[in-house]
Amino acid sequence: MEEVYLDNAATSRMKKEALDAMMPYFMDEFANPSSIHAMSRAPRAAVKKAREQIAGCINAEPGEIYFTSGGTESDNWALISGMEMQEKKGKHLIISTIEHHAILETSYYLEKRGFEVTRVKVDKDGIIDMAELEKAIRPDTVLISVMTANNEIGSIQPIAEIGKLAHDKGILFHTDAVQAFGHIPLDVKAMNVDMLSASGHKFGGPKGVGFLYVRKGIRLPPFMHGGEQEEGRRAGTTNVPGVVGMGVAAEISCKDMDAKNRKMTELRDHLIDRVLKEIPYSRLNGHRYKRLPSNADFSFEFIEGESMLMSLGMKKVYISTGSACASGSLDPSHVLLGIGLPHEIAHGSVRISIPEETTLEQIDYAVDCLKQTVETMRSLSPLYDDFIKSQRV
Amino acid sequence: MYDGEYSDKVIDHFTNPRNVGEIENPSGVGTVGNAKCGDIMRIFLDIDENGIIRDCKFKTFGCGAAVASSSMATEMVKGKSVQEAMEITNKAVMQALDGLPVVKIHCSLLAEEAIHAALWDYCQKTGTVIEGLKEPKADIND
Repeated sequence: MEEVYLDNAATSRMKKEALDAMMPYFMDEFANPSSIHAMSRAPRAAVKKAREQIAGCINAEPGEIYFTSGGTESDNWALISGMEMQEKKGKHLIISTIEHHAILETSYYLEKRGFEVTRVKVDKDGIIDMAELEKAIRPDTVLISVMTANNEIGSIQPIAEIGKLAHDKGILFHTDAVQAFGHIPLDVKAMNVDMLSASGHKFGGPKGVGFLYVRKGIRLPPFMHGGEQEEGRRAGTTNVPGVVGMGVAAEISCKDMDAKNRKMTELRDHLIDRVLKEIPYSRLNGHRYKRLPSNADFSFEFIEGESMLMSLGMKKVYISTGSACASGSLDPSHVLLGIGLPHEIAHGSVRISIPEETTLEQIDYAVDCLKQTVETMRSLSPLYDDFIKSQRV
Repeated sequence: MYDGEYSDKVIDHFTNPRNVGEIENPSGVGTVGNAKCGDIMRIFLDIDENGIIRDCKFKTFGCGAAVASSSMATEMVKGKSVQEAMEITNKAVMQALDGLPVVKIHCSLLAEEAIHAALWDYCQKTGTVIEGLKEPKADIND
């Protein structure tokens, strides 16, 4: 078996059409779209088209799409500028406990700058507790930010409901849709979203480019200063090839999404069913159904994630882990702890995220390898020994 | 996987760990680390009447570096006297593995501690005194 890449949530292979569309803007149509001369016309038109392609994917207006360097910048901009803009109105931000670090770390930064943050917990399936969220709202709450889909356990949040709650209370609502955009249908109007972050390389576009959707009428101040690009909201020479590639990748990803997702869901469910049935002392993390069609996240008792990764890597199966040992910190992933997993179980967790082109044979091969790996690692584990001995008594 | 960060020796000892298993009625056994932090090492020693380590086995819950460190440590103590085994440092284990990434140095420390814990158990059982051996902490993370 050749390499089986199942780490698509980390980054995706670029779509060929996206790469092809980018190529002319490196050498032939390399001019700056902000220039005034005739050579700027073609790149300017290309950027305009990309803005329309992106807007069309989420039921937005092209003028509501602002290109950035990626999901992290979009998240930082939405949170920092979103809070600073409303400082006189209130200084309270609400997020969930399982946000991506681009939101979580930004919220710590905001606390250092004198803002107040409430982090609302999620249930055992990784879905936000709406009653807790409502309780967290204060008169000075000015922004709520909850991710559309989680990057580790794939759980999909009730975004429309959260948006409605926020709007009923006159609070702005941002969602980090980095894992969701291009993977599940999104509609900013139906979802009651004011701001939405996404990143090109998560759906077959290039790295180093993303966007922030900002609803018309919200005067979000710039985060990057030094130029009049993006209607004066985001300074910096436009990444023309990047933006063009992202636009094409977005259009392709959002086309026939339902049919593609039916196939993805079948693959995912086959994977989940086999793992839970064939590997004892395993559990699925995240909601069984309210999850990304491409995501499966498991914990295997008595073993540790990084060693599983290494062992699978030797069989050319590539996945990722929420174990602390892979990050250099002592704590396993905040997402796994956030859904209530004890440390020792969280250490034995792996994330499998499936690219669209994956075949059933590849999934079966990966499960076979995973079974072998779990067995091997358990044969090394003193915890498994102790457990088996305690069962005999 | 820490591709490129792990030496070939680490990869080798992870892929083909030496001396995995248990020893029935061991002369000494030691378990260190804790599951909360993601590493547990257990080392078994079989020591003859002259204080020479005849055999050594291990079981480890942990990352690739933890498995490789345990495997290397068991290789290093075999055939040594208990005094010599006591003097094996985590640095020596690391050197034998051609180095470890900085965030993984604690794995070699765990291996050193596991040997000490097993030797301590042997001393308790036999009344032997090994110069310089202190009662091990059950958990190096404490």
